[in-house]
Amino acid sequence: MAASSAVTANYVLKPPPYALDALEPHMSKQTLEFHWGKHHRAYVENLKKQVLGTELEGKPLEHIIHSTYNNGELLPAFNNAAQAWNHEFFWESMKPGGGGKPSGELLALLERDFTSYEKFYEEFNAAAATQFGAGWAWLAYANDKLKVVKTPNAVNPLVLGSFPLLTIDVWEHAYYLDFQNRRPDYIKTFMTNLVSWEAVSARLEAAKAASSSSS
Amino acid sequence: MAIRCVASRKTLAGLKETSSRLLGFRGVQTFTLPDLPYDYGALEPAISGEIMQIHHQKHHQAYVTNYNNALEQLDQAVNKGDASTVVKLQSAIKFNGGGHVNHSIFWKNLAPVNEGGGEPPKGSLGSAIDTHFGSPEGLVKKMSAEGAAVQGSGWVWLGLDKELKKLVVDTTANQDPLVTKGGSLVPLVGIDVWEHAYYLQYKNVRPEYLKNVWKVINWKYASEVYEKECN
Repeated sequence: MAASSAVTANYVLKPPPYALDALEPHMSKQTLEFHWGKHHRAYVENLKKQVLGTELEGKPLEHIIHSTYNNGELLPAFNNAAQAWNHEFFWESMKPGGGGKPSGELLALLERDFTSYEKFYEEFNAAAATQFGAGWAWLAYANDKLKVVKTPNAVNPLVLGSFPLLTIDVWEHAYYLDFQNRRPDYIKTFMTNLVSWEAVSARLEAAKAASSSSS
Repeated sequence: MAIRCVASRKTLAGLKETSSRLLGFRGVQTFTLPDLPYDYGALEPAISGEIMQIHHQKHHQAYVTNYNNALEQLDQAVNKGDASTVVKLQSAIKFNGGGHVNHSIFWKNLAPVNEGGGEPPKGSLGSAIDTHFGSPEGLVKKMSAEGAAVQGSGWVWLGLDKELKKLVVDTTANQDPLVTKGGSLVPLVGIDVWEHAYYLQYKNVRPEYLKNVWKVINWKYASEVYEKECN
């Protein structure tokens, strides 16, 4: 999924691009069954109900996210809309056999903007570990620069004016069945075994193209 | 004090620290994890022993540890006159101090069934609940609905507004204590709706947790707090 392209207007619960047990042992099938099958599904279903008969009905998901973000004074549909978007983005941020260090242009840019992959890892890890309560940590792209951001609850970089490239869900439901309170272990496992740098690279290309076409 | 003129700043700081420890003031009080007044498994089947153990030994303990660290850092920053650091530490103090305050209340809000857990409120609190909410069931319905609607992490509370002399139901985000919603609010019953409070047992079905937690709510404790505040 390209960084800023709109997800279809029909608010679909898209399955992850792998089987629900494909991320084991790093993320259990049980977690995917609940996280995708219940939580993500509920955001999509509840969003559909919430926009039915309103001016938001039928609008692209990103349009709903921007207008219900309402400069921080969140309108009712924001939570479901943003969470539907965030979760689809999250599944596609991972792959079986993922993790480790990226290569090529992405590595070069990480080294340019963080001085090293290790420094990026440290910053991303810190953001994910210190987002208090529910939220997300992101690698994002804006003004030709990569940066790490953390957001509370359903907020995402789209509403903050940047292109999301990678995310980790740090709501407790994302890791509690597999790691209980041990969020740092979950983050480490995500970085070591799950990140899809291919997805991140593709999103970066789309973000650069979208940036240059609008400038 | 003459010594102030000759001692180096480092010596003075050392002296200050030693003297405050000896004199017991201006030192930082260390907080400890309170014991539960019941076994981890005693609230089953409403709340599993597994959840109670992790919730108490891991989550609450982490708030206590991090709160102590933040207070230590705050003390140093205050003594150095480092206003910037003092301000920077406020969120860690709010998160972790709030977590300690809220969970300390929560453990007292719960009791095993054979120790009165779930028994409806009586006495003056019972009457106040009838007055403000129609019935205990009315209160439970309202709190459960508001607790289910909390987006992300937080708490749902029954509180007493000391100034207005009335009961209120309110929610707080993350680990914000009830007093952050109003300086005159006294918490009577708080229900933790962070996912860690129920996920291992109830998974995504928070309303089911909220339905069952009432079976172990310790109304006797809430009544004691209420009566004390009313007198």
